[in-house]
Amino acid sequence: MREAPDAIAFKGLGQIFKTDSGSVEALRDVNFAVKRHEFVAVLGPSGCGKSTLLRCIAGLLAPTSGSVDVFGLPVTEPRDDIGIVFQKPTLLPWANVEDNVVFPIKHKTGKVNHEHRASAREMLKMVGLEGFEKRMPAELSGGMQQRVGIARALLLNPDILLMDEPFSALDALTREEMGFELLRIWQASPKTVLFITHSINEAVLLADRVLVMTGRPGSVLCDLQVPIERPRSIETTSSKVMHDFSGQLRSLLLKRAA
Amino acid sequence: MTSLDSFAASFSSARPKMRALMARLPAGRLRLVLLPALTFLAILVVWELATRVFHIPSYVLPAPSRIAGGFDSIPFGRWVEHVWATLRVALMGYAISIAIALPIAIGLTKSETLSACLYPLLVVIQSTPVVAIAPIIIVVLGAEDAPRVVITCLIAFFPLVVSTTTGLMATPPELVELSRSLRAPIHREFTQIRIPYAIPYIFSALKISITLSVIGAVVAEFVAAEKGIGYYIQFSTSLFKLPEAWAGLGILMVMSLGLFQLVALTQKIFFPWSLPK
Repeated sequence: MREAPDAIAFKGLGQIFKTDSGSVEALRDVNFAVKRHEFVAVLGPSGCGKSTLLRCIAGLLAPTSGSVDVFGLPVTEPRDDIGIVFQKPTLLPWANVEDNVVFPIKHKTGKVNHEHRASAREMLKMVGLEGFEKRMPAELSGGMQQRVGIARALLLNPDILLMDEPFSALDALTREEMGFELLRIWQASPKTVLFITHSINEAVLLADRVLVMTGRPGSVLCDLQVPIERPRSIETTSSKVMHDFSGQLRSLLLKRAA
Repeated sequence: MTSLDSFAASFSSARPKMRALMARLPAGRLRLVLLPALTFLAILVVWELATRVFHIPSYVLPAPSRIAGGFDSIPFGRWVEHVWATLRVALMGYAISIAIALPIAIGLTKSETLSACLYPLLVVIQSTPVVAIAPIIIVVLGAEDAPRVVITCLIAFFPLVVSTTTGLMATPPELVELSRSLRAPIHREFTQIRIPYAIPYIFSALKISITLSVIGAVVAEFVAAEKGIGYYIQFSTSLFKLPEAWAGLGILMVMSLGLFQLVALTQKIFFPWSLPK
């Protein structure tokens, strides 16, 4: 029997942006693969092309060279089996929480039925927002708004979840709490996750594998398996193995920068 | 509310007696209505006294009582005709401005080519003094409502186009990406994301444009009309009947304020989320 294709596979991907002041090479020869239901963190400094990677997978950006395959097929346009969580929750301020979660269906098809609303409420329950269905986004805290953003991305039950620094706008405590929440959600509903971050601790705590990127042009510096067993908990954050591994990543990133 | 309170606070801290007086005033919304009403009344009293004490001739500044008399110069039915003539032109011009401005704004947002073609033209139209072009328009389009409505449009539509375009462009890029990632039809990007996002911008423009529409209608009446408040003011001044002209001005102010409040109320009722906290 043939082996199942990787969920995501970058094949020599390069991206060059043309601007008024010349062209900027954002990504050069990116090669890596993500297996189905794997949680991969992409770690790197700002401006190293992390978000560009994500937009290529989402089919929002055509690569200048090379290709991205999703489940064995080259990405040429946006797919239905990919959900995106953005850096900011970007909810619709005029719609309540439930309407925000069903928005992708309403936007795609033009109408929403009872089943969709039921599954939206189920998603809200999963992200810990039961009872907040009729609240308006402005009434929620930043962390709660991002939970709505996650529920919205999960609604169409995507195989792949792309997360673009989803917790970077939150305060440190909420950020840590949301990390554990994401682990809980991921264990309850396994997905292939590509998680973009510039926080070493966040990458180590959440991911199976960490890809360290360097910038200008962005490329993958190294691809490391996280040597920490699951399930992970608050105790994990203070363990020696986490400390050592984070230290290793830090010196990699800093050496590169210096 | 806050500026009013701080104003009242600075006032009352300076004068203990005043503070005692303020404390006796009802709190909250009633006070918000009462204070400006009392201020207005005080101005009227001072105005009335000043004109009598200093014997100011009525063609320089008529007393409020003389202006009130100005309302009696023509029968009520005639007033209604004048008000309706002005209101009709202002509202038609306003409605047409909205109907023109929204599609133009969507076009400007959607297509860079269209934006490059149209924007300079819009700026040229806006920088043409409407008062100067009004007589030409009247000659071209005749003496009916049509030229007056066109003049009103010329004044009212520009803020609508600019503000709506700004609003349509202010949509978070993530939501536009979400829309594209869902492969939704382009019209829904506008109906479900961009236009609702532009609502606060559209309403600030609607509020500006409604008062501009009244100005537009009056300017048109100054040039050529046989009815309307603008016509009445010009007619009265030409006969040196200044109290009557002031009465007309009072009606115009009430009309503008009323229309403005109507737009504000529409936003409050139908789009409460779009108001600043």
